[in-house]
Amino acid sequence: MSASSSKFSTTGRSRTGEPLVWLTAVGLTIGVLLSVGLIGLVMYKGFESFWPARLVVVEVRQEGGENSKVAGYLVQERSKRTLEGLVEEEIQLFRGNRELFGEKFVFLDREAIVSQTEEEDLILVERLEGGNVIGRAKALELGGSETLEASAEGFDEKLDELTERGEELRDELREIEKIKIGENSKRVKELRWLEKKGSSPERAEELAGLLAEYEKLDGQRKELREQLEESTFVVEAMDGRELKIPTGELLHVFAANQVGFFGRLKETIRRAWTFVSTDPREANTEGGVYPAIFGTVVMTLVMSLFVTPFGVMAAIYLREYAKQGPLVKAVRISVNNLAGVPSIVFGVFGLAFFIYFLGGVVDDWFFSNSEEPVYKSGGILWASLTLALLTVPVVIVATEEALASVPRGVREAALACGASKWQAIQRVVLPASLPGILTGVILAMARGAGEVAPLMLVGVVKSAPDLPIDAVAPFVHPERQFMHLGFHIYDLGFQSPDSEAAKPMVFATTLLLISIVVVMNLTAIIIRNRLRKKYAVSSF
Amino acid sequence: MPRKDFIAIDNFSFSYGAAKVLHGINMDIPEKQVTALIGPSGCGKSTLLRNMNRMNDLIEGVQHEGDIRLDGKSLYDPNVEVISLRKRVGMVFQKYNPFAKTIYENVVFSLRVAGRNKRSELDDVVERTLRSAALWDEVKDRLHTSAFGLSGGQQQRLCIARAIANQPEILLMDEPCAALDPTATLRIEDLIRDLKEQFTIVIVTHNMEQASRCSDLTAFLYMGELVEYDRTLKVFETPKEERTEAYISGRFS
Repeated sequence: MSASSSKFSTTGRSRTGEPLVWLTAVGLTIGVLLSVGLIGLVMYKGFESFWPARLVVVEVRQEGGENSKVAGYLVQERSKRTLEGLVEEEIQLFRGNRELFGEKFVFLDREAIVSQTEEEDLILVERLEGGNVIGRAKALELGGSETLEASAEGFDEKLDELTERGEELRDELREIEKIKIGENSKRVKELRWLEKKGSSPERAEELAGLLAEYEKLDGQRKELREQLEESTFVVEAMDGRELKIPTGELLHVFAANQVGFFGRLKETIRRAWTFVSTDPREANTEGGVYPAIFGTVVMTLVMSLFVTPFGVMAAIYLREYAKQGPLVKAVRISVNNLAGVPSIVFGVFGLAFFIYFLGGVVDDWFFSNSEEPVYKSGGILWASLTLALLTVPVVIVATEEALASVPRGVREAALACGASKWQAIQRVVLPASLPGILTGVILAMARGAGEVAPLMLVGVVKSAPDLPIDAVAPFVHPERQFMHLGFHIYDLGFQSPDSEAAKPMVFATTLLLISIVVVMNLTAIIIRNRLRKKYAVSSF
Repeated sequence: MPRKDFIAIDNFSFSYGAAKVLHGINMDIPEKQVTALIGPSGCGKSTLLRNMNRMNDLIEGVQHEGDIRLDGKSLYDPNVEVISLRKRVGMVFQKYNPFAKTIYENVVFSLRVAGRNKRSELDDVVERTLRSAALWDEVKDRLHTSAFGLSGGQQQRLCIARAIANQPEILLMDEPCAALDPTATLRIEDLIRDLKEQFTIVIVTHNMEQASRCSDLTAFLYMGELVEYDRTLKVFETPKEERTEAYISGRFS
């Protein structure tokens, strides 16, 4: 372009910057599409895993023999290329009944399928152990030799009743095992440990009493166990073989092909509720994720409890009191860089400092009577502290910015009213910067709730049905290991013995983790907006 | 008998680092009068004002020579605590700056930081102060709502109320009407005339009419020096110095 034209042409597109506008729009579009795609996929897959599929009976041609029938629900259809270059269409079916077939899933060649029918009387049975069962209800074997055929009157009612009874019995059993026997054996362990150091008659007496009580509880436990197995539900698989499920293990019986849209919707809601409200089963591939939700929320809240005062105080000192100079500059740069340190490094630090050092000191001082480490092992307290450390730069930076954005006039006005510097900060500057500080806390929470890597070193485990807060004295157990949704996703997806069965759970758990982070952030944002409205501060 | 040299500025010089902005100012500000400081931008009038409650101490690298005495006592006496000094000298700023608090809490702020928290006392102070700031009737029904809900003029009057709530002796006003519209400005000027019964007022202004309307004495500063200081009428009608006349008649600003 010649000098004169560049000087005088003002209508060219490059001059007005329009191509750049397009470029920025493209950037935004890609970002939006990626986010929407991600959320959309997770939501679709997550909800899909709760939606009950129709049960079908597939008749398959067998070479040189009778056709065989398989019952189950369709998981996916796929085509694969064989070695000869032919395309084979096949479908994947969930057929359950692990003890009969070995594998819960089966691939069927499309070519070999003779027919595919939905039969009315197929049922899907959820049970405590062994995975789902698909077949036809045959009979109920009640204690003794009494049998109730599926066709008999009152069969469904009896089945419901026994399922409910099973749940009650399991609750009773849990109470005895977890709480009563748990407390008993904890005390016994303590006494035995003390006994090693030196015996005393009172201790021996208490021990004998406890052991006698244990015998009694154990008797009760056995009795309940027997009751659980008293009656059985007989289900007939498609090949005529029978499956006997003790009614004490029944969770839910669902006649998938007999309900309409609303029935299936109801089932979806029930499944979703079960998912969020119950403990995991079968190495986490079945059941719910309640302990993981609880662990995630408690850990995030405890983390915010630590990180907020710590970060705010540090920021106040840095911004308001420290003499601005090279040292403060260096500190500020270090704090900012701390936010970029890989999170696993914080995990290692947490393990070394919090668990081995601090935990060791706490154990030496307060728990020298315990044989096993109490605080000198991973726990929710140490995990929260580690994450607090990880997220403190976020709070410091946000708070510093919020403090800096309080107009100088406001500080001067406070000082002119006879306030000391601390009074001015505490009564005027901090309230005015509260919304900005909360923004920092929100960001910290979002970061903390999604962090997994460091947690693996400082207290997250695959399975921890004992929650960090429960009804057993002293009610709050900061030393306990806990479950976390992020880790749960990793565990389901990559550590599970049955990854095919765990796949829907991965999406459901992911959806849940995202929702929890969103809900916690929304809560904080609503609080912040309330504050903002109250003071109508225009900045931030 | 009101003291003639309630604030006595004695050969006072002041510099920000290497930049000297005030050169040996000598002036006596009388009690319960309104004294206006006028002069072109950068002449040092705000600096002089901000030294009367040592607000300039907040800035790093400042130096002063000479002395300012308040009721005969030096501001820079090592025994003078800057916090108790500021309790005697209230200040109103150019840009109204209420706190992110309710109207009520804004007014009682200076009492609270002084540790006075008795509810009945605070209630009395709020009513009395807002009445003297001519704001009571407008806000009495919403004392416990945010101060940011008020109009600009109201916010500035609230700031005046805040500055006088703890009964200071002196009220410093740094261009209090610069950010206000003419109506709000007139109301503040009325207020200033009322308040001089109780307080010694020093006001910095860019507005000649304002200085002539509401001040008793006027000091004209130029390039960090006190050029002329006399009764307002005299300064405006028969200035002794040519520079004063030039400035007042608008020949330079």
